[in-house]
Amino acid sequence: MNWTTFFAMLARDAHVARRNVVALLLQTMLQPLLFVFIFGRVMTSSGLMPENYKSMLLPGIIGMTMVFTGIQAVAMPLIAEFQFTHEIEDRLLAPMRIEWLAVEKVLAGMLQALVAGAFVVPASWLLLGKGVTLNFGQPLLFGGVLVLVALFASAGGLTLGCSVNQTQIGLMFSLLLAPMISFGCIYYPWSALSAFPVIQKLVLLNPLVYASEGLRATLAPQYGHIPLAVVMGALLAIDAALIAAGLKQFDRKAVS
Amino acid sequence: MGIGVSTRDLRKVYTSPPPLAGPAARGRLMGGKEKKKFEVVALDGVSLEMEPGEIFGLLGPNGAGKSTTIGILTTRVRPTSGEARIGQFDVWREQVEAKRLIGVVQQRPNLDFALTAREILTFHGAYYGLASADRARRSAELLEKFQLAERANDVARNFSGGMMQRLSIARAMMHDPQVLFLDEPSTGLDPQTRLLLWEIVRDYNRHGKTILLTTHNMEEADALCHRIAIIDHGRVIALGTPAELKASIPGGYLLRLHVSRTSAELVARLECLADVREARENGDRIDLYADRGGPLIGPIAAAVAESGTELYDVHISEPSLENLFLHHTGRSLRQ
Repeated sequence: MNWTTFFAMLARDAHVARRNVVALLLQTMLQPLLFVFIFGRVMTSSGLMPENYKSMLLPGIIGMTMVFTGIQAVAMPLIAEFQFTHEIEDRLLAPMRIEWLAVEKVLAGMLQALVAGAFVVPASWLLLGKGVTLNFGQPLLFGGVLVLVALFASAGGLTLGCSVNQTQIGLMFSLLLAPMISFGCIYYPWSALSAFPVIQKLVLLNPLVYASEGLRATLAPQYGHIPLAVVMGALLAIDAALIAAGLKQFDRKAVS
Repeated sequence: MGIGVSTRDLRKVYTSPPPLAGPAARGRLMGGKEKKKFEVVALDGVSLEMEPGEIFGLLGPNGAGKSTTIGILTTRVRPTSGEARIGQFDVWREQVEAKRLIGVVQQRPNLDFALTAREILTFHGAYYGLASADRARRSAELLEKFQLAERANDVARNFSGGMMQRLSIARAMMHDPQVLFLDEPSTGLDPQTRLLLWEIVRDYNRHGKTILLTTHNMEEADALCHRIAIIDHGRVIALGTPAELKASIPGGYLLRLHVSRTSAELVARLECLADVREARENGDRIDLYADRGGPLIGPIAAAVAESGTELYDVHISEPSLENLFLHHTGRSLRQ
């Protein structure tokens, strides 16, 4: 394996991300922070939501931010580079097996998702004001969930970025990503769906559910959540499946 | 010194529309009677041997298989069967080793739009493991040579087509590859930039590098290449030096007649004229391959008039690769 080439490509992605840091932050942070403000601040101070809703909401917001940052960071450039700008060709020709370029993309996406998570925690905490009780007593488990969520996001981005046609980007958002958010247990715990048993079973197909529930289980265990072992197992399986699918799709795009 | 390139019996059949192809799909559709199965034979057994230090041209019309050949040699298109080698390395078994030896300029611009011109070169150098000081020195040299130094710190997105093309070539040379592939390098270039490009290609070749270029421009192939392979429908139909190839056309001169009505009788009559080697009916035209050009017009006009036909137009072209292509395929390169 040619690590020189690999790290040069990672350096290129870091360089581009640094150059666009303001736009990237706005793109990934603004929407989650608006949600935080409306649901966590406006609704709670008006009494429409109880005060302890804040701590329930925050893990979901972290998960959503990370997942969407990771997906967008990997998928959007890939769609453009393979189908429109062909920018990626220079890197496909570099002296390294092309699968490693996909791996590099996934790693860069994970790092961006983790950075987004690191930004959104303090920012949301500040926005939510008083009354947030988060538990950082299980740092290793929390870290493990973060890594699995980041990997799910960027491997999902790889799969989508190599599968979605440029003309279908709008559809990808409205048919795939929007329902994923609504049924991703971001604004409510999975147990809240017990009144809708069919939906409650169906949403288990949504990987975002495990991201939200996993972060809730480690940060705010005071609320009912899917057992952490199940969450970790599901995330591992999803990550493995998405990496396999993503690498296959990447190869199909890269070599004709 | 110097690295050769070879292909042996390369075949490529696309079973889905190739992402590398433009709107005009490469190759020809194979007639599937019952099922509407997509199948395009882009290469049909191409064997080529490029000597180290040679400028080799692949000449052919759009869809002939030129880009597919380059694609296979540069790891971007997987051959259906056959073998491709860069020096001692099998391109598909020893991909990384083969990639180290080559530089590629694709047909369409594929610059990294997120970077400036200088960064495009330095990051490219970094992918190939060049040390930081070498990257800086070499990128500065290339930017100067390709007349891009003034725009070195601008993002390539806003460059003109000619500038992008120059930068693409500079990038391909950044890691000093032994073999340089240029796919239609002068498409869309103004004449001045084209001359600059030719000079740069010749200069690079003088350092012992092998260069493989594709073109549908006869003049370019003639001016630059040591040897040329003419390909059509995925097959090599002629191979040799430009002089050899031109000498292989019967007579050398091509006279294309536009007449009111063609007939076998008229074709036979024309073929009997002195110095005419071959006469062919081609739609409403007749193509004459002959040893002379202008002096034949008198006898031709007389022969046409005798057969009761009207002569609208005569076009004479001197021995050229264009005529060679026409001779082999009955089609013009630009068709």
